[in-house]
Amino acid sequence: MLILTCPCCGIAADETELENGGEAHLKRATVGSSDEAFEAYLFDRANPKGVHFERWRHAYGCGKWFLAARDTVTLEVYATYSGQTPEPPADVVKAIKAKRPDWEGTA
Amino acid sequence: MSHRIDDAGRLIDRSKPLRFSFDGKPHTGYAGDTLASALLGAGVTMVGRSFKYHRPRGIVASGVEEPNALVNLGSGNKLEPNQRATTTELFDNLEARSQNVWPSLAFDIGVVNQAIARFLPAGFYYKTFMFPRAAWKHLFEPFIRQSAGLGKAPDAEGRDEDTYEHSYHHTDVLVIGGGVAGLTAAKAAAAGGAKVMVLEQEAHWGGRTPVEGGEIDGMASEAWIAAAVEDLAGMDNVTLRTRTMGAGVYDHGYALGYERVSDHTPGDGRPRHRLWRIRAKQIVTATGALERPLSFPGNDVPGVMLASAVRDYAVNYGVAAGRRTLVVTNNDDGYLTALVLKNLGLDVVGVVDARATATGANAERARKAGIKLMMGKAVAGVKGKRVVTGAIITDLSGKGASTDVECDAIAMSGGWSPVVHLWSHCGGKLNWDDGEAMFRPDPDRPPSGAAGEAFVVTAGAASGFLSLEKGLADAHEAGRTAAKAAGGKLTRKAAPKAAEEERQPIKPVWIMPTEAGVEKRMKMWLDYQNDVKVSDVQLAAREGYQSVEHTKRYTTLGMATDQGKLSNINGLAVLSDALGQPIPQTGTTTFRPPYTPISMSAITGEARGELFQPLRRTPMHHIHEECGVNWEPVGHWRRGYAYPRAGETVHEAVNREILNTRENVGMLDASTLGKIIVKGPDAGKFMNMLYTNVMSTLGVGKCRYGLMCSENGFLSDDGVVVRLAEDSWLCHTTTGGADRIHSHMEDWLQCEWWDWKVYTANVTEQWAQIGVAGPKARAVIEALGGMDVSKDAMPFMTYQEGELAGMPARLFRISFTGELSYEIAVPAHRGAEMWEAVAKAGEPHGIQPYGTEAMHIMRAEKGFIMIGDETDGTVIPQDLGLDWAISKKKEDFLGKRAQERSFMASPDRWKLVGLRTLDGAVIPDGAYAVGDGTNANGQRNVIGRVTSTYYSPTLRKGIAMGLVHNGPDRMGEVIDFATLDGTGTVIKAEICDTCFYDKEGAKADV
Repeated sequence: MLILTCPCCGIAADETELENGGEAHLKRATVGSSDEAFEAYLFDRANPKGVHFERWRHAYGCGKWFLAARDTVTLEVYATYSGQTPEPPADVVKAIKAKRPDWEGTA
Repeated sequence: MSHRIDDAGRLIDRSKPLRFSFDGKPHTGYAGDTLASALLGAGVTMVGRSFKYHRPRGIVASGVEEPNALVNLGSGNKLEPNQRATTTELFDNLEARSQNVWPSLAFDIGVVNQAIARFLPAGFYYKTFMFPRAAWKHLFEPFIRQSAGLGKAPDAEGRDEDTYEHSYHHTDVLVIGGGVAGLTAAKAAAAGGAKVMVLEQEAHWGGRTPVEGGEIDGMASEAWIAAAVEDLAGMDNVTLRTRTMGAGVYDHGYALGYERVSDHTPGDGRPRHRLWRIRAKQIVTATGALERPLSFPGNDVPGVMLASAVRDYAVNYGVAAGRRTLVVTNNDDGYLTALVLKNLGLDVVGVVDARATATGANAERARKAGIKLMMGKAVAGVKGKRVVTGAIITDLSGKGASTDVECDAIAMSGGWSPVVHLWSHCGGKLNWDDGEAMFRPDPDRPPSGAAGEAFVVTAGAASGFLSLEKGLADAHEAGRTAAKAAGGKLTRKAAPKAAEEERQPIKPVWIMPTEAGVEKRMKMWLDYQNDVKVSDVQLAAREGYQSVEHTKRYTTLGMATDQGKLSNINGLAVLSDALGQPIPQTGTTTFRPPYTPISMSAITGEARGELFQPLRRTPMHHIHEECGVNWEPVGHWRRGYAYPRAGETVHEAVNREILNTRENVGMLDASTLGKIIVKGPDAGKFMNMLYTNVMSTLGVGKCRYGLMCSENGFLSDDGVVVRLAEDSWLCHTTTGGADRIHSHMEDWLQCEWWDWKVYTANVTEQWAQIGVAGPKARAVIEALGGMDVSKDAMPFMTYQEGELAGMPARLFRISFTGELSYEIAVPAHRGAEMWEAVAKAGEPHGIQPYGTEAMHIMRAEKGFIMIGDETDGTVIPQDLGLDWAISKKKEDFLGKRAQERSFMASPDRWKLVGLRTLDGAVIPDGAYAVGDGTNANGQRNVIGRVTSTYYSPTLRKGIAMGLVHNGPDRMGEVIDFATLDGTGTVIKAEICDTCFYDKEGAKADV
């Protein structure tokens, strides 16, 4: 029962208000992509034990998608930020590294 | 034998006797008793039988850890199985029955299992029930079903008459446990200004401390507890709940409390249970510790009890476990029991201590009280079958001479295990403490919350501090720091003080005698309820089980309803010994919520009956109801399946509705269909991405059937798209797909194409929609008046907006039946009015409402697909012959790249065809088409399956569609469909076109 703060409406939302949308920052592969690239886009997921970037929707609230950087083991939430962010923002990466010096970052 | 004693019992009121029955026999107890104390007080020592061997079982414990005294409570609609007698408060006319006994507790047939015990070793399920395979169905399964489960399941047709509720609570600090540690922590936290909630699972505050005696801040512990509770109750920032167990601790400070509101006052009108859903910034687990049994031969005979339980019953309820009690211990606490009993004038045979010498304060007092101390000794056997009659005492090793003693109760203490469950639920880690022989919470590895900081702290005995003075100091600090972490202050008040006691270290003794042979080890019980013995765990280790989790499942150790509260540590110590490794290397099994079982009804709360889930009603719902509609649930909606008339079966009604629609005109409530507006400068571009066909070129006022695919290429939804205006489209979706598709659109708009100027709105509930279909449909719409609906003014697949019957309306000329057909949409609040208007206008034309089944059959007659029938998440549009609806011009759309994958273009995909049975029969739903030969498992090869199959009243025979290997290339071929009637008969069907009715579409185009 996580609590994530929706960056759009500012509400600290209980997990029951939210819908999970899997891994964040995937790059859409489409027509013209190789089979390998398309497979990776559709199916390859990091599923890390540790720092993870996720998509969440404030489904029973403002309805907006947002992204969360959190730790799947310690349940620490490093940041929630706009769903319209192609890469993990520098300040989020910095915040994670401050807490998790051993984190290798996103590939 | 157990009995009531005079001048004791701090919790009972002897002026208020209560009647109760056990196995139909009447007994008397007192207000304040638990069912267990009342039974013991009435001299009932045998209360049930064990699961596997049906051994006689007595009460072992005095609290939640009790493994044996489980009863069926109440009867009829009040029957509740597996209720722990030790936590069931006595009330007048309580009715309890023993479990797992047949035909009776005293004489039980299942006891023969004991005689064959050596054939029922660890893992016997896995070993025995494998071969021969045929025996499973006729021999093993009936046997397991007959003997499985302890309690009796309530009548399946019965209904729980009680009510239950959920309650939500937000607090700074949640203290779980209302013993002296919990009260101390709560006081410290409240003094720091935090909002505090305290949960105590029992009806009384103070836990076990009043039984153990001692002084706190110079007061008798009982008086200190009363003062502390009064203090806390007087504070505005403190909420106190008794009879409320902290059931579980979850992510980010979420916790569940299980309050047994009126279990002890049945019928008083209050809810029976209340589930507290709590969010706390900090959680203090002051959950105490549980005493461990000692594993000596015969430790399961009724009369063998935990030493702490023996003194609980004596002090709290004035009940003696026996007239002559033998104490056996490996630590200082056993002596307390001896002293309590002696002080109450009861006969104590002596204290058997595994340690060579006794130097603790309690031992010293016992020595002074003249109690016989037997040092360095072991209990090597228990005499008696249904109750203890004596014990055999040897040296600790079991070697040398033995002495027999007479006794009718044995109080055992194997040391204490902190209750670490709630600490561990959300990831708190444990350390093995060799000195205290216990797993204790590691404060450096706590459960962490959203900020990465600890949100659980343990207090008192739950931290592993077993002495009063250390426990109070620890609890005070826990309360202080929790308040601070939750945003309060660190109180400067001092911790409550207690005198320091001289304690002698425990001697871990995991089996007794330590060098017992196999015969004795087969009688040392670890898990009483599931009949797991020391020998079983050792056998598992010999058979190669190394993981404690695997051993648990193989032997069933700790898998009973008590979840191993007594057995786990002893069991894993035995396993560690057998594996020749230290205990921490073996580790513990995972602690999972709830701490003790909670009722399903409490979890359900108010969500039953009408409140189970919301029911969505169309604006015409009540009219259908008045017509005697036969409902069909579709998502959260109810849709009319058919409208049977007096004397008509549902099937007959469906046929009539279809024929009337085909001959005259029918009307359908289509309000549940999804309606989503897509609007904006980039809406056309977005529509082209959503649908497989081109939607941007659709003319204003025109309709087009469209398909939506997932990014995986699979067909996800379909429906008619209408171009409302230059910048807006109306997307019709399936009834079940409306919310999903709207969410899907939002996902792409918000997360991928967020710079596109598009707005979506799900207006499904804003509009009521009525389908009017049949050769006389135009006459009906004309009779409503307000729009020109002639063929020229309003051709097929067009739309107009205006007034119908004086109401603002949208009219779509679209058809799902194959007939001349319109759909009228009006604002939802006028839906009922329009329905009545259409019915009236249609009356001269023979209009009748038709339901979803008629709709399904008519569309199948036309060969139209239905999402969920023809599709199942693995079907692409190309499989359904819908290539015409897939644009080849568009550069991209959702699913395009996926459909280019090699297997999507494989010629071996099953494709949609029509199926005409040779004899007109209806192919069963879900039937498979069987081909030649068999697969690797010896099953007939399948070459296809039916997706829709109906009796067509129009054609007066069975029609079907199905996905068949190379289907479209096999027109005219006859294939076999297997039936499930067990006779091996097949239905022969000819592969044909999917459209069975009006292939040219002439009927709709008039």
